[in-house]
Amino acid sequence: MSNYFYILWIPLLPLATFVILGLFGRKYLSAIAGLLGTASLFSSTVLSFVAANQYFFVDGKVNGVFQKIVAFKFTWLEFSPNVSIDLGMIIDPISVMMLVVVTSVSLMVHVFSLGYMKGEERFATYYAFLSLFTFSMLGLILSSNIFQVYMFWELVGVSSFLLISYYFNKPSAVAASKKAFIVTRFADLGFLIGILILGFYGGTLDIGLLIERFTSVNSAQYISITGASFLGASMLTWGLTLLFIGGAGKSAMFPLHIWLPDAMEGPTPVSALIHAATMVVAGVYLVARMFPIFSMDEAALHIVTYVGAASALFAAVIACTQTDIKRVLAYSTMSQIGYMMFALGISKNGGEQGLGYMASMFHLFTHAFFKSLLFLGAGAVIHMVHSNEMKDMGGLRKLMPITHIAFLIACLAIAGIPPFAGFFSKEEILTAAFHENKIIYGIALFTAALTSFYMFRLYFNIFWSKEAPAANHAQADHGQEAHASHGEGPWVMKLPLLILAACAVGVGFVPFSQLVTSDGKALETHIDIVFSIAPVVLSVLAILLAARFYKNQNGRSDKMAAAFGGLYTAAYKKFYVDEVYIFITKKIVFPFIGQPIAWADRNIVDGFMLLLAKITAKISESIKGLQSGKVQNYALYFFGGVAALSILFIYIWK
Amino acid sequence: MNMQEIPLTQILFVSTALFFIGMYGLFTRRNLITMLMSIELMLNSVNINFIAFNKYLFPDKLDGLFFTLFIITIAAAEAAVAIAIIINLYRSHNSIDVEDATEMKY
Repeated sequence: MSNYFYILWIPLLPLATFVILGLFGRKYLSAIAGLLGTASLFSSTVLSFVAANQYFFVDGKVNGVFQKIVAFKFTWLEFSPNVSIDLGMIIDPISVMMLVVVTSVSLMVHVFSLGYMKGEERFATYYAFLSLFTFSMLGLILSSNIFQVYMFWELVGVSSFLLISYYFNKPSAVAASKKAFIVTRFADLGFLIGILILGFYGGTLDIGLLIERFTSVNSAQYISITGASFLGASMLTWGLTLLFIGGAGKSAMFPLHIWLPDAMEGPTPVSALIHAATMVVAGVYLVARMFPIFSMDEAALHIVTYVGAASALFAAVIACTQTDIKRVLAYSTMSQIGYMMFALGISKNGGEQGLGYMASMFHLFTHAFFKSLLFLGAGAVIHMVHSNEMKDMGGLRKLMPITHIAFLIACLAIAGIPPFAGFFSKEEILTAAFHENKIIYGIALFTAALTSFYMFRLYFNIFWSKEAPAANHAQADHGQEAHASHGEGPWVMKLPLLILAACAVGVGFVPFSQLVTSDGKALETHIDIVFSIAPVVLSVLAILLAARFYKNQNGRSDKMAAAFGGLYTAAYKKFYVDEVYIFITKKIVFPFIGQPIAWADRNIVDGFMLLLAKITAKISESIKGLQSGKVQNYALYFFGGVAALSILFIYIWK
Repeated sequence: MNMQEIPLTQILFVSTALFFIGMYGLFTRRNLITMLMSIELMLNSVNINFIAFNKYLFPDKLDGLFFTLFIITIAAAEAAVAIAIIINLYRSHNSIDVEDATEMKY
């Protein structure tokens, strides 16, 4: 085993940047904060590419199997000889793959933000938060202990909270950040309980050991956890399901998805980083990390599958009706993550049956690139027109040629048109679904068509639709002539778009099945032309449909919306999930649980404390005269005390 | 060496008297310098005790003598510190009367 210790620097560099910028950024470094953050992240990115090269092509493979390497381990809190919270780094195909994804997307976002966030008052703070997020995400990826995962998980949540509420003077951003934090915290409760269940039965918190113990059916731990049951399900199912709830919260799976669309209140590059490519796939990563254990339990896998498929379809339907471009992208993210989830759910561990796992990771990989490209493209558009609403856009293709091309490539990639990246990964997922579960396959196929439809609805609405784009920019009354003339933005905003566009074309050709599989062995896959016909044709049809509706303003889309009637309204209102949440919290939880508890807290708990405080105050009022400030009185007390003690010890307490 | 003719109890009587005179002075005088002198009296009564017990009970040992020497040293240091405090007090309050320095009360 060779030395991977240098990987430690990958998360530590952003941490150092966070500390430096957080402490000194606003006062002293605001001019170079962006460059500093970008430079440090660039080093991390280079290191992770070096690590990926070393792992995948030099020495990660032993006898044709990629090894799990623990590069660094530090026992931090030891509760009993085996149960300890360690800080460690695990190097295996998925963690190395994620390192590359997170650092490269984060680097692109850092570069893009140099232009997008220019002139912000809290520029340095923004970069400090970005670095904190990158650090936490990298830590989460490398964690070798499930409790360590949990700690970084929460750090990721905090930095997401900070970044969503970056515009803290905007009430909607504050509300969105609170919503995101509370909803994911609520899910994290499930995660924590899941950890405790697995840790209790497994007798360890180390991921490697847990997997080892729970995957051999003869081990004492496996027998005890499957033997114990609660409400008709084994404790293994419970533990894994609760773990999945945590993952579902972060990955915005139905019904815990409500925070993701609102989280779009943050700066757009943040959405690209956190809510498209990295943090939201943490749930998928968690399930993939624990996958050998998940594969031991059919029930938990079924939950993963159906929640994933339901979210994919549900979000795709909503995405077709939204008018805020970032919200469309948010629902699209949720839908694609649903894809990854059900691909994991239908997979088995190892061999040919592990296709779903590989496909899921592949889709995670490609999705990160084209979705961050979509978000950054949307950011460039928003930067230009100063609005998130589709109705304020249209006909931008002449004004922003580079953004237009990049966005088109990303749309084609997500729609699964060959030879763009999304085609390959989606194809693998569909193949896996076809072999395992026909219902899921049907849902996936329909969702794929919907995906093409809503992405091209977005594309045509932004770049085509209206004829006279110049009219949009004659907003002289807003005093934005300077903005209108700045064109597409500086090169730091175009460069990431171009790089990511190149990735969105190219990453599909990465021989992923050779590198990342459930058991570390290379998997032979091939794209079956006959099989690809159905999804590709459906996608193309959906694109043509979108073109017919939205390429010109012709009122067809309104007629279509009217034809769908109730369904359209329901989807536009996001199927009233938010309303259901509000109903449950405001009408049920608050009056029947919250208020009685609040009453008890105010009157009983607080009352007891107030009583204690009152008694204490009264006693001290009566004896405060003892502290007279006269030194001779104190001396007298002292001698009195000595005399009393002497009498006590000499005569009484013999 | 006709020390034997003076019984131990008489010496202890002297030291006890000295101690309580010191204590009385400490409690009744308001002048800090006088109070300091009273403390010196009390320390010296202890010194007498040490010497007396050493001489009468363990004449072949020197422990009591050494303790006395230490106490004298510390008393000197203590006097230096106390007088420094008193000078500072005088500068800030224009008085070395303890009754005038009662800011540290409740």
